[in-house]
Amino acid sequence: MDDFIAARSQMALSLGFHIIFSCIGMVMPFFMAVSHYKWLKTNDEVYKNLTKAWSKGVAIFFATGAVSGTMLSFELGLLWPKFMDHAGPIFGMPFSLEGTAFFIEAIALGFFLYGWNKLNKWFHWFTGMVVGVSGLASGILVVAANAWMNSPAGFDFVNGKYLNIDPIQAMFNKAWFSQALHMCLAAFTATGFAVAGVHALMILRNRNAAFHLKAFKIAAIFACIGALLQPLSGDISAKDVAKRQPAKLAAMEALYKTEKPAPLLIGGIVNEKDKTVKGAIKIPGALSFLAHGDFKAEVKGLDQIPENEHPPVAITHYAFQVMVGIGTLLLFISLIYFFILFKKKPLTEKRWILKLFVFAIPLGYLALEAGWVVTEVGRQPWIIYGIMRTKDAVTPMPGIAYSFYIFSAIYVSLSIIVTFLLYRQIKMVPVLYNKTEQNN
Amino acid sequence: MEQVVITFLCMAILLYFLLGGADFGAGIIELFTSTKNRSKTRKTMYQAIGPVWEANHMWLIIAIVILFVGFPHIYTTMSVYLHIPLAIMLIGIIARGTAFVFRHYDAVKDDMQWLYNRIFRYSSFITALFLGIIAGSLISGHIDTQATDFYSAYIAGWLNWFSLAVGLFTVALCGFLAAIYLIGETTEAHDKRRFIKKAEFMNIAAVVFGAMVFIAAQRDKIPLIDWVFKSSVGVSAIILASLSLVLLWYLLIKGKTKILRILAGFQVTMILLAISYAHFPNFIRLKSGDAISLLETVGPEKTIYSLGLALLLGSVLILPFLGYLFYKFQKKEE
Repeated sequence: MDDFIAARSQMALSLGFHIIFSCIGMVMPFFMAVSHYKWLKTNDEVYKNLTKAWSKGVAIFFATGAVSGTMLSFELGLLWPKFMDHAGPIFGMPFSLEGTAFFIEAIALGFFLYGWNKLNKWFHWFTGMVVGVSGLASGILVVAANAWMNSPAGFDFVNGKYLNIDPIQAMFNKAWFSQALHMCLAAFTATGFAVAGVHALMILRNRNAAFHLKAFKIAAIFACIGALLQPLSGDISAKDVAKRQPAKLAAMEALYKTEKPAPLLIGGIVNEKDKTVKGAIKIPGALSFLAHGDFKAEVKGLDQIPENEHPPVAITHYAFQVMVGIGTLLLFISLIYFFILFKKKPLTEKRWILKLFVFAIPLGYLALEAGWVVTEVGRQPWIIYGIMRTKDAVTPMPGIAYSFYIFSAIYVSLSIIVTFLLYRQIKMVPVLYNKTEQNN
Repeated sequence: MEQVVITFLCMAILLYFLLGGADFGAGIIELFTSTKNRSKTRKTMYQAIGPVWEANHMWLIIAIVILFVGFPHIYTTMSVYLHIPLAIMLIGIIARGTAFVFRHYDAVKDDMQWLYNRIFRYSSFITALFLGIIAGSLISGHIDTQATDFYSAYIAGWLNWFSLAVGLFTVALCGFLAAIYLIGETTEAHDKRRFIKKAEFMNIAAVVFGAMVFIAAQRDKIPLIDWVFKSSVGVSAIILASLSLVLLWYLLIKGKTKILRILAGFQVTMILLAISYAHFPNFIRLKSGDAISLLETVGPEKTIYSLGLALLLGSVLILPFLGYLFYKFQKKEE
């Protein structure tokens, strides 16, 4: 395997792994806080057990997310030293703030996990909220750093030199808001659907239904609100990308030729050699509308971008289709769920909606990973958009392929173990949290 | 602001060494504990470090972020020429961090515990060893940025007697820190005696490996003796470290356990000071005889200013909260 490809694969793998754990770590604390609040207010033992059960999941995910995040902070240098040499001082601001946020999250988690019966109950609840808020802040800051790679700001690039560096301006680059908003909503939607789905499965199997029903309701409401808001955030992102990174937008839609008005392609097989797309459904003018808010506007195609600056079209296009497709599906599930809530029908009588949620367990994360692929692969061949190429940033050390194999093995085994642990936690719910039983 | 940032960097490295080191040490102690006492050691350890476990490892993140934001050239030189030991240390960090949590949060306690324990113990040892190897390599002057072949560029920089000796010395120090910490965390006389034995054992190991560090330095032509004994700061630090060791064992016999950890921390701090003061602010010594200094590679002014501000702001938020965490979970319930 080529060292450059190996370095990119390792980075993609590490991020793809970390993103799931960090999203769960940043969203679950909010679910816990709701359940914890209900326990403190209603004294209903089920909510206390639910909070504890979830907190165990959070501990597992937080630990895994923390070590994979530590790994990433080194990996930036291990794999992309030439990038970090220049980029470190420019886009480092969000990272230094993220360090603080992450630290606070770790401290608060210590209080929360070990504070049962030891702390004032409302202070205890507050520490749980701090875990969530600082986790969310960490997420936003890291995404702001990534946004800088898409939308470099805060320096002047003169004759290959990075001058007049302003880290604050770099942090508040043009892409930070749209990307951070999209990512946060995605985190809530994906985690919400995954958690709700698992509890829906348990309700369908009739195990501890009271416990799982309460859990399902909390997770589902977060998930559905996220799914409803996500299209709006997607629209902001699309218009933003159209303005800043026309090559990425063109690759997302496999738009080889500049068109006015441009149609929206749904699906289709991309042939990168002939630069054609076969079998796609075309909606006339829709891309013009999505990109520029006008059904007749011109949308820049890849023909207006030098060939050596084209991102891989097929991957970006397919990933985009997966993301939007799943997003739409989750939107419909959310609408149905809200309709049922509105009608006040008991969920246990509507087994088919629970089955829909079970079906949706992996979907949110699939969409989230696909979206990550769109933004990362769509930025290629650049590591700093328009400034530095990814291949110029890679480490001079040969043999990165071995490193890639080793870390792949580690991440695969970790995924298996974490899944296994969760399975055991869920399986043990009847034993650990029986209503009549008091336990810690 | 430059001084502020450098102070934070030194503080983060020191605290990672002390707190993270004590965590590694807990795994190392477990490795050297007889099978029948292991589950007890594990229990004491879990109660002692469970709540502060994640926070202890944040100092590494803080240090690394300060390096790549404020001193990118140092960060990238390390990343390129110490790629292999860094990667091994990271594997260790991943393995022990997850194993520690998994073994506690596995809802079913069965044979999997055997696997988690094994992974935790060995990876604790490896992480501490490679942390020390990396630290040793930075000052060993073996890193060759002009090398053309794979071995001298990516292996010889860290695979040498000096780095290895520093690695083993670090393992012993971590074990020592952990043993001293655990003495204060247990109430049973039998367990106390066991941890005191461990502390003695690790103390002796540290002396032996410490001597090895000096021998290896002579062999690899590293002016370690000059650094330590030709500067007044170095000499005073060594004297203070030795005095605190005597005091530490005296207090141990007297049964005063809580003050011990402060003394042990002080002692390790003095050792680090003695080794690093003479060539500060040089961070990496190179084979060519040059050195990469913190002051010369410092990032642009605006970056350092905002980094310093972020660190000051962060410490106002973090330190009281962290202090309360340590305070709250320090004593066992009577």
